[in-house]
Parts: sequence; C-alpha cells; structure tokens
Amino acid sequence: MVEFVQTSTLLEPRPVEGSKDTTMVVNMGPQHPSTHGVLRLVIEIDGETVLKVVPDIGYLHTGIEKTCEAKFYQQVVPLTDRIDYLSPLTNNLVYCLAVEKLLEIEIPPRAQWIRVLLNELTRLNSHLVWLGTHALDIGAMTVFLYTFREREEILRIFEHFSGQRMMTSYFRVGGLALEPPINLFKWIQKFINILPEKIDEYQNLLTGNPIWINRLKGVGHLSAEDAIALGVTGPPARASGIDWDLRRDMPYSSYEKFQFKVPISHDCDVWARYILRLEEMRESVKICQQALDGMPEGDIKADAPKVVLPDREKMKTQMESLIYHFKIVTEGFAVPAGQVYQAVEGAHGEIGYYVVSDGTAKPYRVHMRYPGFATLQALQTMCEGRLIADVVAVIGSIDIVLGEIDR
Amino acid sequence: MTATPGKDAVLEAHATNRAINSLLTSLPDSIVKAKFDRNELTLTVARDQIRAACKTVQSAGYNFLETVTCVDWYPSEPRFQVTYHILSYGLKERVRLCAMVDSIDPSLDSITPVWPSANFYEREVWDLFGVRFHGHPNLRRILMPDEWEGHPLRKDYPVEGYR
Repeated sequence: MVEFVQTSTLLEPRPVEGSKDTTMVVNMGPQHPSTHGVLRLVIEIDGETVLKVVPDIGYLHTGIEKTCEAKFYQQVVPLTDRIDYLSPLTNNLVYCLAVEKLLEIEIPPRAQWIRVLLNELTRLNSHLVWLGTHALDIGAMTVFLYTFREREEILRIFEHFSGQRMMTSYFRVGGLALEPPINLFKWIQKFINILPEKIDEYQNLLTGNPIWINRLKGVGHLSAEDAIALGVTGPPARASGIDWDLRRDMPYSSYEKFQFKVPISHDCDVWARYILRLEEMRESVKICQQALDGMPEGDIKADAPKVVLPDREKMKTQMESLIYHFKIVTEGFAVPAGQVYQAVEGAHGEIGYYVVSDGTAKPYRVHMRYPGFATLQALQTMCEGRLIADVVAVIGSIDIVLGEIDR
Repeated sequence: MTATPGKDAVLEAHATNRAINSLLTSLPDSIVKAKFDRNELTLTVARDQIRAACKTVQSAGYNFLETVTCVDWYPSEPRFQVTYHILSYGLKERVRLCAMVDSIDPSLDSITPVWPSANFYEREVWDLFGVRFHGHPNLRRILMPDEWEGHPLRKDYPVEGYR
C-alpha cells in the first residue's frame, strides 16, 4: 500500500459534523503562472471572499547556506547570483561588503562608484521585470513586451562587462573582477538617456487605465504598524508610510555621496506600491547619472595581495604575485574570526548577510536575510476579506522571487 | 592576538547605548556576555530571558526585527547560538542579541508575541537546526519537506546528505 503524505495539514480540517460547511479550500500553485515561480498558496474561500491564505514554500530550496560552508570565501560569490536571480549584482555586493567588513579592507573609490552604478542598473532590471509581470497578471499584456525590451538592453550591458547576461558574479571580495570595458559607460549613458521617456510610456499605458485603477486602488491594505510587525521592508513598507531606506539611512559603498529622494506614500495599497516603484526607477536613473558624471579614476581592486587576485600581467612576470595567486586559488584566504551583519537596500527590500568566520578560509556560517521571506507573512493581512482575484494583484505588488525565499 | 575586552569593559564603554541601558535597568542580570567588534554590538543574553530581553530592547526603540538565525558550534557546548538582529529606525543602529542553547534540550522561548515576523524565521531555525521554540503558534518545517529526517544545517549533517 502506498501511503500518501497528508498535505491538508496546512489548514484546519473540515468543520465538525453537523455544522454548516460553507467554505472551500483552493490550492493555488506551485505551477500557477501568477505566483512568479513555485509559490504554493492554500486559500480558504467563502464564495469569492478570501478567509485565509497559507503560503507553502520550499519548492526551490537548494541549501545554498549549507553549500557556502563547504566553499572558500571567493567561491561563494557565484552562488549568491542564483538566489535572487533578478538582481544578481545586489547579491554580489552585499556578500562582498560583509566579507570586506570581516577583513577590514578599504575599497578604492572607483570600485565603489562602479558598484553603485551597476547596483542601480540591477534595481532597474528588477523593477522592469516586476512591472511587466505585474501588469501581465492583471491582464495588461502589452506592458510586458515594452518593459522586456528595455530589460533586454540591461542584460546586454551585463553581458558586455561580465560575459554573462544574468549570473554576472562581477563583484569580488576586495573590488571588481575586471576593469570595465571602455565603452561601457557610454552605453549606460545612452540607455539612461532614453529610459525616463520609456517610463512615461509605461505610465501612459497604465496609470489612466480604468481597469488598472479598479484592480489596484484600495486593494491589499497594509498599515505601517503591521508592516513593521510582520517584517516588511523595501517598496511595500515605504508605500505604507515607513520612511526608511538603507541607502540613505545607513549608507554603504559611498551611497552617502549621492543625492536622491526616497519616495514615500501613505495609501498603503497595491496602487501606492505601483506608483512608488515607478518613482524609484526615476530616482535610480538619477543615481546612475551622478555616478557616471562623477566617476573617479583609480584602481578597481583593493591593495590587499593576500585577498585580491593579482593582475594577469603581474602574475606572469613577478614571482611574488604568482605565489599569491597560487595560494588564493588553492587555499583561499583566511578571514579573521568574528561575525558581521551587512544589510543593503535591494530591489525588493532589505537584503542582509550574516557571515560568521572561525578564522579559516571557509565561512563557518552564512545566513541570508531576504525580503521576500518576511514579506510573505503579510499576505494573510493583505488578502483577508478581499476577493480571490485580488490575491494575484497582491502577490504581484510585493514582487516576490521564489529563489530568494527558498534559497 | 589581542585580548578582547571583557563584558564589564564593553558595557562601560557603551554606557550611553539605549539597548544596554534598558537591559541593565529592567533585567539587570540578563546580559551574560558583551562584545563590540567591527562596529557591531553583540549581547549574549541568558537563555530563559530572551523574550523579556527582546521586549525590553523593543521598548527602548529597537523597533524592527531583521532576522532570527542560528549558528551551530558543534562539538562545543552549549552548541547552538540563536542570533537575533534588531534594528532601530529612529536611532539608525543595530543590536545583535544571542542566546546559547545546549544540545541536550535545544529549546527556548519564542519571540513571536513580541514580533510576529519571527514566525517564519523560527520555523526555519527549527527546520534546519532542530531548535524548538516554546509558545510558537505553528512550529512546522518550512523549507524541507514535512517528512524529512534530520536538520540539514547542523554541522554533523553531511553537505551532500546521508546516502
């Protein structure tokens, strides 16, 4: 006899016999197209009204945190790309910043500015995918084709400087992997010149559209108190009126040298999150512009021969560099014992890496705090009492990526 | 290696810190160890006072729970270091609370009454480390399948799994 695993444990069993059974349990996902991956929701409905939403996650769990413990510090960088696959460079950045904090090394200004520039480009990439898929879920198919046109350009830029469209692994502990190609900045400049127009174009398609307004306004209400209690960060929290952005309030990688506004809204609904993310894209364009205008000259790697791989040229000609190169590649680099927590503002909210070192060349523990994991807990609050069609709008508005939730 | 300053020295050096102040005032014997390293403050709190300590720092202005996680220090005892990162939006600073849990009965109080967002994090710690949380509303596995045996992030669990 085959014994089936009881999966109905997610919700309380049927009501006791004799009582009136009026509710129905609906399973949504993990293959549902509007769940942006493999999110499974068990929804209890009364007619079309949602009573309870229970997320069931773990379908994409690959044990990245465990894998990290078996790798050298530098080998973890490519793993981080695969977590939130829509913003690879932000993941690289936060891991590198955490290890650099453990090592206490200084990063040259040019590397920091390039990191800011590419990080904002990554945010644009993630927001473009969000806008396209969110609109697609609601039924506005055209926007998807438009945003992916611009996203394609960003992916081409990624490929240009790193050789990879999505899994860039361009940031390394101690700086960048390579000197950026000469025409990279020109290309980015060309791209951000046209982007504000394109954002206007998306807004023309959506903002005045009566169907779009009806589907979004007043849906998925989340108060500021609930947002803090449930661990919501990033755009959903700012749309609930929480004035907090790590780029401004706890700056890293020289973000303190950039001028930008942090958009806030007090409407607390899906509409507010939509407007707010569009504003964020415009601010990102401004940050990119400032980074391009004031790009400092200098090195792209820190002066730390025991951590940073030497130049190819030096490695071929100098004995000492060759030894360091051999040592780093074969034995890794030892990191002094300690524990650090480094957080950055990702496209979906606060990304935090907690890295514990025991003094060897492999991390003792890497914990990744990703915003989607916590934000998922707010789904019940946002969907309760609304129609089942609104669940799709709410999932779109919190912009989940299952890779980051399951890790 | 330089000697790390002891608990009293750290507490004295950061006498104006709101978290330390509030903990010393309302739970005078709760801080077991204190460390200030790389600009980050780590306070190790007695295992049975973790919920009260979280409540105290919350009322001291540390309003946002960022993450709950665990470090397995196998084979030394106490084995598990349950770690809480708590951020203050007003003060723009962070405090790390730790509680050491031994392997005989790896359990401590859940902090879901203080921050409901701890729900998923504590489920993750239970799932991957096998540390139980008393008073948790729904302590089930979250990432691994329900019928999974063992807790994968423990150090005595092989990376490639049991074969």
